Amino acid sequence: MVQKLEYLRESPSQTAGPYVHIGCMPNFTGIDAYGGDLGTHMKTGPVQGQEITITGIVYDGMNTPLRDAMIEIWQPDAAGLFPSANETRGQPDPNFTGWGRSPGDSSTGEFAFHTVKPGAVPYPDGRMQAPHITAWVVARGINIGLHTRIYFEDEVDSNAADPILSRIEHPSRIPTLLAKKTGEGAYRFDIYLQGPNETIFFDI
Amino acid sequence: MSLIKQTGGFVPRDRSWQPDALTPTYKTSIKRSPQAALLSFPTTLSEETSPVFGHNLIGELDNDLILNYAHAGESAIGPRIIVYGRVLDEMGRGVPGALVEFWQANAGGRYRHKKESYLAALDPNFGGCGRTITAEDGSYEFRTVQPGPYPWPNGMNDWRPAHIHFSLFGHGFAQRLITQMYFEGDPHIKLCPIAGALNNQKAIDALTALLDMHRTVPMDSRAFKFDIVLRGQRQTYFENRKEGL
Repeated sequence: MVQKLEYLRESPSQTAGPYVHIGCMPNFTGIDAYGGDLGTHMKTGPVQGQEITITGIVYDGMNTPLRDAMIEIWQPDAAGLFPSANETRGQPDPNFTGWGRSPGDSSTGEFAFHTVKPGAVPYPDGRMQAPHITAWVVARGINIGLHTRIYFEDEVDSNAADPILSRIEHPSRIPTLLAKKTGEGAYRFDIYLQGPNETIFFDI
Repeated sequence: MSLIKQTGGFVPRDRSWQPDALTPTYKTSIKRSPQAALLSFPTTLSEETSPVFGHNLIGELDNDLILNYAHAGESAIGPRIIVYGRVLDEMGRGVPGALVEFWQANAGGRYRHKKESYLAALDPNFGGCGRTITAEDGSYEFRTVQPGPYPWPNGMNDWRPAHIHFSLFGHGFAQRLITQMYFEGDPHIKLCPIAGALNNQKAIDALTALLDMHRTVPMDSRAFKFDIVLRGQRQTYFENRKEGL
């Protein structure tokens, strides 16, 4: 008897369109619902580690800010533990959600996340990855959400040893993944969809 | 209560089945599509974990767009429908505890948004957003009115098919997905540059909900079935897996 592998195919992606905020951040659009938008607050109490703010803008190929994007981030706590059901390595910070969602400012497009500096987490082969935040961008004109990572320019040694940063073929592009330190606890991470500074996006 | 002891990697995404970033007939994609190759690597904990959204997150009317924005004693205008289905992974397993968010235009094809320019009337009793969490078998359902097709500034006279937007949050950040649901028989589907970005009739069919007369509520609502598939993960699922985890 022939055995046939009957796997399903992932549902095809479609653009989030210009009104993604209606569905994911309705309060931001003036539709009062749910008692507040999900992902607005990443800290629910006193948190461990260094509190930081990351701001940035998503730019299109004409260097125009996107003002209808939605940016989500996901990261471990300061100890490198994910506030997730499938975290088995320890007890994550109970006052930290690890997940943030920002619509960006409606006139400037600037997004902001008030979070904590993440700890390092292991790569599947056991090496340590440099501290990083996973980011995902959707908007009108983006057919499938874009995954990238926010590393930190002041983590020089761990960045040099990071298994993913070190496999990038064009080292000149690595800075597109590094948040710039702009002050105490303040970082800047702009995202370029196209052009000479195009951010590295991931197929993961 | 046994929790998952290990997390496996997600199977690679089939990029030939997914839409290309650059689809010039959908004009906005021209300046918003990355040009360089994506960087591939196996998923790590950053992609294999995700936040938990429990059933206690959901309010009583969150999955009822007919009533969740309506004034007391009133309801949204339009053909009343039920949308239901299952969220599965590529191995066909139900995905419990997935956050499903949805948004749509009203029955006239107009969104409740300050940037909306279509002159169809706003329905004072329709907000256009809802959400739910999938049950233990991955099933979900919500009630709404069938959205109308509407014109949009892409070509001279482009109209979007009637559709509902879906945002899915499963068990790993790598599964994150936003898509749209179309309605069986809508003649606008084959004219739409966004649906056409799929360049594959089977993929479009996978996003086309089917009328299910057995699930209707007689003299009340028709029903459309829409299953959604998230990426598969190499991990053991336990039958006593806690709901919502």
